[in-house]
Amino acid sequence: MTRKEMLKMQREEMIEQNGIIYLDNVTKTYSTGVPALNGITLSIGRGEFVFIVGDSGSGKSTLIKLLLRELKASSGNVYVMGHDLAKLRHRKIPKFRRNIGVVFQDFRLLNDRNVYENVAFAQRIVETPMKDIRRNVPAILATVGLAGKYKAKTKQLSGGEQQRVALARALVNNPSILLADEPTGNLDPKNSWEIMKLLEDINANGTTVVVVTHNREIVNAMQKRVIAMRKGVIVSDEKEGGYVDED
Amino acid sequence: MKINTLLYTGKQGFVNIFKNKWYSMASIATIAACLFLFGLFYAILVNFQNMVMSAEEGVSVTVFFEEGTTREKMEEIGEKIKGRVEVSETVFTSADEAWAAFGPDYFGEDYQEGFPENPLAGSDNYEVFLSDVSMQSALVTWLESIPEVRKVNYSEVTANTLSGVNLLIAYVSLGIIVILLAVSIFLISNTVSIGISVRKEEINIMKYVGATDFFVRAPFVLEGIIIGLIGAAIPLGIIYSIYNYALNYMTQRFTMLNSLLKFVSVDEIFTVLIPLSLALGVGIGFIGSFSTVRKHLHV
Repeated sequence: MTRKEMLKMQREEMIEQNGIIYLDNVTKTYSTGVPALNGITLSIGRGEFVFIVGDSGSGKSTLIKLLLRELKASSGNVYVMGHDLAKLRHRKIPKFRRNIGVVFQDFRLLNDRNVYENVAFAQRIVETPMKDIRRNVPAILATVGLAGKYKAKTKQLSGGEQQRVALARALVNNPSILLADEPTGNLDPKNSWEIMKLLEDINANGTTVVVVTHNREIVNAMQKRVIAMRKGVIVSDEKEGGYVDED
Repeated sequence: MKINTLLYTGKQGFVNIFKNKWYSMASIATIAACLFLFGLFYAILVNFQNMVMSAEEGVSVTVFFEEGTTREKMEEIGEKIKGRVEVSETVFTSADEAWAAFGPDYFGEDYQEGFPENPLAGSDNYEVFLSDVSMQSALVTWLESIPEVRKVNYSEVTANTLSGVNLLIAYVSLGIIVILLAVSIFLISNTVSIGISVRKEEINIMKYVGATDFFVRAPFVLEGIIIGLIGAAIPLGIIYSIYNYALNYMTQRFTMLNSLLKFVSVDEIFTVLIPLSLALGVGIGFIGSFSTVRKHLHV
């Protein structure tokens, strides 16, 4: 067995034992000295759909940044897809991120390119052959309901449509995990529900979905696992929970 | 790295220049302005150096021999002088040649009448031209130590003045080049930095999607190189026209200057200036974009 195969097997064992995302007593302190996350222990299994809720300053965004390895934990261990992120070298980060789809509240699209190019961009990065890109991009655009708008510039689209493009870009490389940071924050209720429906479908196909949100209505209606955070600690973690108010 | 990826990143570099045309134009203008000053200064400097060098070439030391020194001995000493590093050329003039050249100027064609013997007997000499005037005193000391040498004629003031001017030009040009380059790098890196910072968001998105540092950086670096090349080519064209025009104007308008001042030809200047300016343009574009993108890569 090669070293590469051994490492892959170890990662698979890690995922089986602790979940696809596992935080072990993680603390993250910024230069101000106040911990944004304080001793968090959390496990998310493969194929789960999880809401992370909490007010501003609760540590949700820091948690997403840790999972993307944009930040390093001050103490404790973060494991994502079996990778110990503290040991992940800078040059290995791009390859690691290619297995994580990410969607933001402000869409973060390349506004000088059209819909097709925004989605194809994610495939170009992983050096997908051109003929596969030509097949995959229209297919994923059809999945998110934008088949007819592939030539449109992103600025010509509504907020809901822009978020669908972002979703298509996040999904086109078949990631194991989808992180959505306030994906409905800039959308009206109709579009918000449509996006959530898409996320549910994606999850039904086996992708682990982690949604950070403030949207009480959606959280309460969907009856998924809800992890509530406050001031850097997890205050509740319920299997089919609802939105937890800050009192 | 697949060929498709290389082509894609290369194409993005070109596309970015047109997409961000205001930034591209500002960067090109900054590089062009700095390299224009640099090129102009270089042209002036080379001409100065050329004029000082022509003046230096005319500086010579004359060596006279003791009475009774045989022609063979003089030639032997002449060979030794020629072998010195500070010597570029030697010209031997015998007493007869000296009288033949001097006599007609002062006494007319019948200069030999009234002079049964050569009045310049004993004035056989070597005129020694220097390759570097600053080494004149060392050469003179050596010449004076030769027993057969009666006298060494030289002008210490001329040599000192010329080597002083040479040194001054070297210091001033070094100072101006350092200042020009420092100002250029500051201005250019600021322009590049502003241009890239505006696109920080774009870099962040690329990094979140899983782009490698190379994939993110390559289009920016290529863009920087192209901007640097264009920024270098523009002043080269302008300087070429200005220099050619000035040279023609000076040589036609002030014909008397032609014998006094030797201007360097435009081809000679541009043989050095073209590769130098292009290398500076490309180097500044490359380093500027490479280092600025680097700041944004740690996402």
